[in-house]
Amino acid sequence: MAGAFEHPFAVYLRAAMIPHIWCSGCGNGVILNAFIHALDELRMDLDKFVVVSGIGCIGRTAGYTNVDSFHTTHGRAIPFATGVKLAKPELEVVVISGDGDLFAIGGNHFIHAARRNIGIKVICANNFNYGMTGGQVGPTTPLEALTTTTPYGNVEHPFNLVHLATASGATYVARWTTLHVRMLTMSIKKLLQRKGFSFIEVVSPCPEIYGRRNNMRTGLEMMEWFRKASVIANFSDPAKAEITPEKIVVGEFVDIEKPTYEQLLYGKIAKIVKKE
Amino acid sequence: MVANFLRAPMNEKKVLKLKAEIHILKDQCKGCGFCIHYCPKKVLEESDEINARGVHPPRVVDEKNCILCSFCTAVCPDFAIFVRGKQCMDGC
Repeated sequence: MAGAFEHPFAVYLRAAMIPHIWCSGCGNGVILNAFIHALDELRMDLDKFVVVSGIGCIGRTAGYTNVDSFHTTHGRAIPFATGVKLAKPELEVVVISGDGDLFAIGGNHFIHAARRNIGIKVICANNFNYGMTGGQVGPTTPLEALTTTTPYGNVEHPFNLVHLATASGATYVARWTTLHVRMLTMSIKKLLQRKGFSFIEVVSPCPEIYGRRNNMRTGLEMMEWFRKASVIANFSDPAKAEITPEKIVVGEFVDIEKPTYEQLLYGKIAKIVKKE
Repeated sequence: MVANFLRAPMNEKKVLKLKAEIHILKDQCKGCGFCIHYCPKKVLEESDEINARGVHPPRVVDEKNCILCSFCTAVCPDFAIFVRGKQCMDGC
């Protein structure tokens, strides 16, 4: 099928790996598409570009993008990215991973990377459950949602990812759904041009695993839910940016500048070397 | 009658509008239907044929209605559709 593949974005994808394995109606392809759209519009130098991803359905992004990429162990995408960024600060490091990977097992890495303000960019696909392992309840599953491990409804309060990122000190925080492809592309472009720790949460449909247990059997039905429920509220209070069946608050929440960890670190090293 | 008083650019007839060329890579399609459902001009519809993946890929109803917004290109998860604008030399 590689010969017949003549899409304008084919240069950014590894022809041997496409078509990808994601289900029909899955939002991961839309996120990959928006990411490549942003790369294409910015004309980035792909030799100075690294994509790191963890375990999960969206973790396969590292294999699909035709740039230097890491597919890391579960939850450890941000530590790998931190190592890459500190060894070679001139590289552009992007972490694309899922909610289970970044916020369940990798939760501590995320908050400390945001606190230090390391110049890595994080794109998180939030599909409300552990899709790859069969749909168990995860840290972002909404209250009363049905999953394989909560057949009578979830009783755990979910994480508010944008609030968590803001409180941890991220310099750019946004949330979009996969239906807002233009805004998502614009946000990813902004993210790629920034210096400090930046974070985008993408609310993504998971019709085969999550949707079919919650009365949304197809990707289209989940996208319709996003269309009806999403409310754009730019620079509103992230603590109130909730995700419920009736309302999904999307938009940009934080856009500030702070000195980054690698600037401070290499500045400190230069000062000490000068003294001696 | 009303149409005569509607506002329109004065050089509307002279400017060559871009002609849309919709390319569908049929065997890449997984049949999610995003492009069909979210096309603002309803240019696409589900076809009867079955592709290599066992689903019905989209079919172009009327290419002339396409306004080149490229939303289908942006929303396709499988990189199976793209739109190009073509200057037509013959004044189409």
